[in-house]
Amino acid sequence: MNKARLMQGNEACTEGALAAGVRFFAGYPITPSTEVAELSAEKLPKLGGKFIQMEDEIASMGAVCGASLAGMKAMTATSGPGFSLKQELIGYAAMAEIPVVIVNVQRSGPSTGLPTAPSQGDVMQTRWGTHGDRGVIALSPGSVREAFDVAVHAVNFAERFRTPVVILMDEVIGHMREKVTLPTQEEIEIVDRKRTTLPPEEFQAYKPDGDEVPAMMPFGEGYYHHVTGLMHNHSGQPALDSKTTKEVLSRLHTKIDRAIDDITLYTEHFLEDAEILVITYGGSARAALAAVKQAREQGVKVGMLKLITIWPFPKEMVQTVAAKAKKVIVPEMNYGQLVGEIERYVDQGKVIPVNRYDGHLFHPNDILTPILEAQGGSK
Amino acid sequence: MALAINQKLCKGCGICIEFCPKKVLALSDKGKVYAAHPDLCINCGLCELRCPDFAIQVIKESKGEKS
Amino acid sequence: MEGIEKYLRKSALPHIWCPGCGNGIVLAAMLRAIDKLQLDQQKTVIVSGIGCSSRASGYMNFNTVHTAHGRALPFATGIKLANPELNVIVITGDGDCTAIGGNHFIHSARRNIDITTIIFNNGIYGMTGGQYSPLSPQNSKATTAPYGVGERPFDIGNLAIAAGATYVARGTAFHATQLTDLVVSAIENKGFSVVDAITQCPIAYGRKNKMGPAAQMMKWQRDHAVMAKAAAKMTPEALQDKFLIGELHRSVAPEYVAEYEKLVARLQGGEA
Repeated sequence: MNKARLMQGNEACTEGALAAGVRFFAGYPITPSTEVAELSAEKLPKLGGKFIQMEDEIASMGAVCGASLAGMKAMTATSGPGFSLKQELIGYAAMAEIPVVIVNVQRSGPSTGLPTAPSQGDVMQTRWGTHGDRGVIALSPGSVREAFDVAVHAVNFAERFRTPVVILMDEVIGHMREKVTLPTQEEIEIVDRKRTTLPPEEFQAYKPDGDEVPAMMPFGEGYYHHVTGLMHNHSGQPALDSKTTKEVLSRLHTKIDRAIDDITLYTEHFLEDAEILVITYGGSARAALAAVKQAREQGVKVGMLKLITIWPFPKEMVQTVAAKAKKVIVPEMNYGQLVGEIERYVDQGKVIPVNRYDGHLFHPNDILTPILEAQGGSK
Repeated sequence: MALAINQKLCKGCGICIEFCPKKVLALSDKGKVYAAHPDLCINCGLCELRCPDFAIQVIKESKGEKS
Repeated sequence: MEGIEKYLRKSALPHIWCPGCGNGIVLAAMLRAIDKLQLDQQKTVIVSGIGCSSRASGYMNFNTVHTAHGRALPFATGIKLANPELNVIVITGDGDCTAIGGNHFIHSARRNIDITTIIFNNGIYGMTGGQYSPLSPQNSKATTAPYGVGERPFDIGNLAIAAGATYVARGTAFHATQLTDLVVSAIENKGFSVVDAITQCPIAYGRKNKMGPAAQMMKWQRDHAVMAKAAAKMTPEALQDKFLIGELHRSVAPEYVAEYEKLVARLQGGEA
């Protein structure tokens, strides 16, 4: 067991990625994510890894895709404006099935916005930011320790599903410092991309296995193949016919959807007898939990579901948990994003959005008041 | 020495015909190149060098074979 | 072609380029260069952007990556830094490289990263139907320059040199033998190497600018190219409508990946 130490969220995220085997970082400075790049610059060469500060956000995304194709576990980090720039190549990574991790430490937007203020305004962009249809994996940690754990999960999911994975941090979690005790290296599960057992002449780079994910062979080992963002067949060659297109687009969704139980990470608090449910994530969850505890002290039967996995949205789990509640309160540091997804699956009449988008994180009272109002209203 | 022409790859662009120093090549009525005067070929290789489609090559025959 | 057959994905042929397009000639010249050098196919990676030029990677029997428009160099940078043993060659077009890809081009040159970039320069955006690029000659016609291109083009050779490239050359589809030799030198250079390969687009550029059929466009290349060494002794008047071919620049500078590896070795050696 490691000793407890004071750690910053961005630092924990970086350490988690390194513990999971990331050895390549390419990025560009942007508040409030820059610490991830700075720490990576310092640590990676000591570990025999590679760091490069690229000329812009798009180049960073290209470089991590290239490094991953060459066989390394690769990560980049950014915030809103950079995340917007990266969208085309995130889509490329999805189409070419390249494992990469993108850390987005959300800040208040749109545009330059409030560089040092928190928000959760990129939730829907994470789902739909790149053009076209695809399955998405995004994880949102709610504490410094969780930033470490989520980073490990993110790297592992990227490898397992051959897809870009977003770590949806926010400025609260990214810049806060907490005392954490990190797991030892031996305690961490590491997942590597599947390799093929076929000889090169039989290998087809984009032929999926039973789990709908193709094996991935790095450049340099004799398995040369074509990688393209065009729609492609099992050999990786461009193929624009409707049969191929339908097959590939379906698989880009189903390879993730079929494993939703494995991908869904969350914590639950006081749910057993809860009549009022708070669903939240990331930096909002801390204030929400404080509010829930205060409400409980006042005798309110309220519980909290903290989502760590935002995408794929765990609709069945949320539906099951929300079914027992009379009211579902959804605090978010945005104008209302994940609440729309919740309303798709939970009776809209009982969903109460609670939104703070003035650049400040929630005060527990911001969430306690609606809980008490919901309690009062439901009598 | 001989010319190997792959008419499936030939697109009839006319580059090899234009640059052949001995006017060996011509376009067939199907729009593909062929060796109209193969006996004039000096195996300079300019057709192969300037073909954009990998459609024509100068084949080196081994010793003892007829050209 | 015997020597270079093995470098082609024959099942993907015939390629998509128009009859007379010079891209196939430049591609063949590249493959001859790779063959001359006897590069290990397993360790060679071809990275391309988007455009007619960039379709070349699909036909080449190596590790190949057809990336996004303008973004071949960042991918190539990641690949080379991740595995320095790989020979990384970028295929790009005049628009892909100097418009949307311009920033990556100058920074790759600045880093002097050991990547060879071959610009298939036909002065046009061919794939999208014939719009002008930053390398289109001023006053040439294009679909988005119906009255003639009103802008100066880059001098891509000078741009590459100023940005820090340590090998810069220009060739043409007509001068295919010289082009092969230039690509050989480019690959051999341990640093950022640029070969500007002038190639004809008879359909989009050629028709709009009344350049005649492909062979005639190649004769134009022949008649307007001047060897760089010879140009040094010519008057400005004589050089007026000419362009230089051959080796334009060669220098020595620290190479990015090698320097980073030295850092890694030093840090790892120093640690307990």
